[in-house]
Amino acid sequence: MNRSQDKRGGLAVRELPDEPTALRAVEVRGVSKLFGSKAAVDDVSLTLHRGEFLTLVGPSGCGKSTLLRMIAGLIEPDGGEIVLGGRTVSGPGRWVAPEDRAVGLVFQENTLFPHLTVAGNIAFGLRSMSKPSAAARVADVLNLVELPGYGDRYPHELSGGERQRVALARAIAPEPTVLLLDEPFANLDPNLRSQVRAATVEILRKAGASALFVTHDQQEAMSVGDRVAVMNGGRLEQIGTPKSVFHLPQSHFVASSLGEAYFLPASYAGNGELTTEAGRCACPEDLPKEEVEIMVRPHDVTFVADPQGESEVTAVEFQGAFLLYEVKLPSGRRIRCLLPHTLEVQPGTRVHVRLEHGHLPVVLQRPAD
Amino acid sequence: MTLIALLAAAPVAVIVWSLATPSGQIWSYLWATRLPAMLSSTLALLVLVVAGTLVLGGGLAWLVSGYDFPGRKTLSWMLVLPLAMPGYILGFVFMSTFGFTGPIQGALRTLFGPDVAVPEIRSLGGAAIVFSLCLYPYVYLLARAAMREQATASYEVARSLGYSHLRAAWRVILPMARPSLVAGLTLVTLETLTDFATVLYFNVQTVSVGVYRVWKGMFDRDAASELASLVLVFALGLLLLERLLRGRARYEQQGGGSRQLPSKRLYGLRAWTATATCVAVLTLAFFAPVVQLGAWAVEQMVRGRDPVDSGFLRYVSNSAVLALTAAVLVVVVAVAIANGRRFAATRYVRSVSQLATAGYALPGPVIAIGVLLVVAALDRGLAAAGIAVPGLLVTGSLAGVIYAYVVRFLALGVNGIDASLQKVPVELTLTARSLGATPSQVMRRIHLPLTRTGVAVALLLVGIDALKELPMVLLLRPFGFDTLPVWVWQLASESRWELAALPSLTIIAASLVPVALLTRSLRGSQADPALLPATGKRALEVAGI
Repeated sequence: MNRSQDKRGGLAVRELPDEPTALRAVEVRGVSKLFGSKAAVDDVSLTLHRGEFLTLVGPSGCGKSTLLRMIAGLIEPDGGEIVLGGRTVSGPGRWVAPEDRAVGLVFQENTLFPHLTVAGNIAFGLRSMSKPSAAARVADVLNLVELPGYGDRYPHELSGGERQRVALARAIAPEPTVLLLDEPFANLDPNLRSQVRAATVEILRKAGASALFVTHDQQEAMSVGDRVAVMNGGRLEQIGTPKSVFHLPQSHFVASSLGEAYFLPASYAGNGELTTEAGRCACPEDLPKEEVEIMVRPHDVTFVADPQGESEVTAVEFQGAFLLYEVKLPSGRRIRCLLPHTLEVQPGTRVHVRLEHGHLPVVLQRPAD
Repeated sequence: MTLIALLAAAPVAVIVWSLATPSGQIWSYLWATRLPAMLSSTLALLVLVVAGTLVLGGGLAWLVSGYDFPGRKTLSWMLVLPLAMPGYILGFVFMSTFGFTGPIQGALRTLFGPDVAVPEIRSLGGAAIVFSLCLYPYVYLLARAAMREQATASYEVARSLGYSHLRAAWRVILPMARPSLVAGLTLVTLETLTDFATVLYFNVQTVSVGVYRVWKGMFDRDAASELASLVLVFALGLLLLERLLRGRARYEQQGGGSRQLPSKRLYGLRAWTATATCVAVLTLAFFAPVVQLGAWAVEQMVRGRDPVDSGFLRYVSNSAVLALTAAVLVVVVAVAIANGRRFAATRYVRSVSQLATAGYALPGPVIAIGVLLVVAALDRGLAAAGIAVPGLLVTGSLAGVIYAYVVRFLALGVNGIDASLQKVPVELTLTARSLGATPSQVMRRIHLPLTRTGVAVALLLVGIDALKELPMVLLLRPFGFDTLPVWVWQLASESRWELAALPSLTIIAASLVPVALLTRSLRGSQADPALLPATGKRALEVAGI
């Protein structure tokens, strides 16, 4: 392949290309990557706007990390184009080395250079700056991550959360076009995790960074991202705001990957309502003619104890403020419903189940058996 | 990097080529003269050494792992010491002690008259004993590691299912240690096959001796390369046999860690017998020879001979220069290869680096003859190109020896440095690159500072292995260039044992450094493979551990 080299023009003189690409930090167009004969990433296109946080979520092996590494230039795509800040870095006949791409990388492992101080780590990417201005920049970003005066410490003298903040400072310091974060919180223990996550988001917002997060944690994906992209088997299944993807999934996979979801067969009952074995619900206007089913999440279902009830509580899981009940429906299908702790019902109790969607339910075409 | 790989692989390729194009004339001549005898004595020696090292190495490993007796802890690491004793040194001490003129036979003759029947020491049997004593630590080390790291949990399960200590050992530990035993033995046979200096003391004509004789005696390049290819066939056959013996069996154990095998405590006579066995082996293989050498060295000094005469210093400096040059070159090339692997994980780079380290499994004489052929071709090429060369620039110079050393020890260096680079997370490299560092900057600013210890250890190990190396220098050295091992060997061949004492002790002392590193890591939780001596590392490679 004939590759042309492209030199980064220094951070100060970053060119400002025409609208609308100027508003796009990352553009991925039809990118694919084969490992052997298997497509790890299959014809994926997505855009990350300037200042936006996008989370890539999906099970392990779905291709999300591969996509991130292709954007960083650590893996070469087999097809498609990648544009960073208006500059094509990967495409037919074009390849820009990772060190010339102006991307920041943050990994889950502690990747601070152990032989360098905190200041040395942060200054690592500031080679093109003069010594005094690099030192000033180091002090700036240390302030930004709220670790002023930590410059002389070594990585082993820091706590897990502090290390992650230094890693973040190091990635931000050269003012990259985009920050790529690969499961950045996966190695932190659960208590620390939400704390570091909130701090990270705050720091990145303050820095005005554009960021692409890769995660397998649905909660994290929805709480961090302005938009969420769900990947499955190398393909992009759905992309949108957390709310739209959570409430209006376009497939079983997307529905299940963002939280517990059940699918109940439904039929039109007249009066603008659908009926299911768990009760009735409102029917969207454009109801397809085919056999349909509706998505039910645990918080969409409620019940009342009723000796003549058609369903039966089979198990209870205590979760503090809420109780998670497993209920056997007349067909034998089991669903779970999340109810406040004010209601307490023992397993074996007959109940009457109702649907309480706070909105129009998601109606999907029933898959062929 | 491609060039390095080609240079490193060329000598091997030349020998393989001569294997693929046998010359009927040479073979029929060889067959008619000495070949059948060479083949049979090579095979006989290998079988005897395998049996000897299996009994010594495997038996001692089981003794120190399965039983508790006085001094077990100390003895279990001291049993590695004979690794520091090269065969060409133990061989001549053994000859001098048990030979016809030695003190043992002398005493026997005084006691029982001049016609007392003593087995001939200068024989295949004698050589096999010396090799077994020198080489058993390979089998011992690998077997012990297997017993310690893998078999403990299975052993405990076997005991809970009603097996006695010995029956559990037989049914569980032995089968699980088998791949390690086979790996150790493969290594032992490769070492035995490679040697021709030691066997010459005992007048045993192996194929490697044939290579040496044909080359030094007749300067018959073609015959030497044909014979070297025969050694190569032996070596590859052994490696293949090892693979076949391993079959589809895989014995890796998940988890478990390095818990010690619960050992059975021995009491009274049996305990002291166990201690005495270990002490006896150590004495024969290490302490007695060292004491004898020390006595000779002191005797020389008492007689007023200046032990550190100019000759000694010259050989020491020759050896040091050679070892240092080889070590530095190997490490520089190894750093380049290991880093190249990290930066470009393409199939091409991987196969190139594999090609470069192809010399690891090959006997020294094979590499030496291969280097001779390549270098001679280079000389002819230079001459043909009209470049005025005073004499034979490359063939008769140190360049050839160093070339052979690099080919032979490159795998050792690459593996050592690769092992320490493995401990640097890939994410560190990637982060550094995304921060704008080019591969060479990452190597300089991140990899080298973090792998400093690994690089130093590789330098040390390659240097000392190069210092000890005898067969390749014997074949390739320029006229009049002697190293310490060459000097020892020449003096010993002329039965001037007392004079060989001091240089021998010097070599042993240097060889003790890596052995000390190794035992230190063994006394810790787990052996660090990077610290194993050249051949030990190769054993692990062979074993696929």
